[in-house]
Amino acid sequence: MLTEFGKILIFIMLAIVFVVAVFIISKFLSPNRPTREKYLTYECGENPQGSPWVKFNIRFYVVALIFLIFDVEIILLFPWALTYKEYGVYGFLVGLIFLLVLGLGVVYEWRKGDLEWARPYPKPPQLDEILKPKS
Amino acid sequence: MYQFLYNLIGNELIAGLLVAVVPLTIILVFALFGIWLERKVSAHMQDRLGPMRTGWHGWLQTVADLMKMLQKEDIVATGADKTLYNIAPILVFTGSFAAYAVIPFSSKLLGSEVEIGLFYVLAISSLVVAGILMAGWSANNKYSLLGAMRAAAQIISYEIPTALIVLSMVMLTGTLSLDKISQMQTSSFWNWNIFGGAIFGLSKFLLIPFMFVGAMIIFISTLAEVNRVPFDIPEAESELVAGYFTEYCGMKWGMFMLAEYGNMFAVSAIVSILFFGGYQSPIGYLGNSIGAQWLVPFEQGFWFIAKGLTLVFVQMWLRWTLPRLRVDQLMTVCWKYLIPYAFINLIIIGIISIL
Repeated sequence: MLTEFGKILIFIMLAIVFVVAVFIISKFLSPNRPTREKYLTYECGENPQGSPWVKFNIRFYVVALIFLIFDVEIILLFPWALTYKEYGVYGFLVGLIFLLVLGLGVVYEWRKGDLEWARPYPKPPQLDEILKPKS
Repeated sequence: MYQFLYNLIGNELIAGLLVAVVPLTIILVFALFGIWLERKVSAHMQDRLGPMRTGWHGWLQTVADLMKMLQKEDIVATGADKTLYNIAPILVFTGSFAAYAVIPFSSKLLGSEVEIGLFYVLAISSLVVAGILMAGWSANNKYSLLGAMRAAAQIISYEIPTALIVLSMVMLTGTLSLDKISQMQTSSFWNWNIFGGAIFGLSKFLLIPFMFVGAMIIFISTLAEVNRVPFDIPEAESELVAGYFTEYCGMKWGMFMLAEYGNMFAVSAIVSILFFGGYQSPIGYLGNSIGAQWLVPFEQGFWFIAKGLTLVFVQMWLRWTLPRLRVDQLMTVCWKYLIPYAFINLIIIGIISIL
């Protein structure tokens, strides 16, 4: 007997077979006349400069990390969302405490400045400001 | 559909395969139609005509483009990682097509009746992110890498408001199956979830404003998840040539396009199932009133496609209405507005539903 997940597997296999079949058909129909210029990496018509693996902003990493934490917590809430009505107010309060902790996490990240994309430069205290006599 | 085909043919695998072919056909036809529609909508909004030469008002234009694409030479740049480069379009298309397995097109046409449909959609759509990162990394191109990083950051960020709204809908309906959520919103548009669902009394009226907020949030965040304008910085054509698929050409590029249009329809379908009744008709069925039961699934299919296309049209409409967001504004919208609102919405819906 084909289970429901077996049907999903058929969908996935069909997608893969479809894409590969289209590639093969395209391979038969298309010409193949390579030249050196054709196989250069595209950089607006100029010769490519330097390594393509450029440095990118560390913010991407922070965003991925925050996402990971939140997504795991939201996924944990799904079983609760399905059944909390059976336990009435008590069931809801249990989930609510978890949700509030999650909310505190957002507030913490926000306060810490991790949600800002362009973080303002930290201002180190200047020597003359420290030495200045308080008026 | 599966049971009918199984009785007809007697082979489980062939029946399952035939059920899977139907959504594939729908995606292909939708992509052909959607690209033409996008060009026509764009053109008419800018007081142009758009494609006019091939067929009546250019309706064959996409078919002509497809023919051209099939005959294009397949170029893999010398520096590219060939294995990853070839796997990426497969992953992207698979991720977008596999979501259709649990989307009910009508009460009879449903790929798989798993109980955890919404959960599965959230999970399998992450394959697209992996495919995009793979495409950007393997292409050995600066534009591709930048586009892929931006796309990944954007898609994973906007997954959180989407998941929160989905969670609140799960709390309201008490099921994860998209088919059951559609069945609940039967008989009239007043029973749609955006009007509080098929319940009576005070809590229905209390729910309506929060349902509107939820529908807005999930529409905005799914718009960002499929990289449509105003959230199209991953493929911003005026700064990164085409984002993560800059280096692709011919049919491999076509697969990214197909996946994009497949995704557009998939998220529209999910929004319409969650809030606008899915395949349910807003006014009742002709088949029931004239006593022809076999007509009902076809009518449901019609309403489903009509709702999906309406939302797709709104997506195209927004493209010519709003300017593109900057990357920091994009993150601000997601983390500082949508997530807190979705969060408060979730708690209020929870309180109302246990009243």
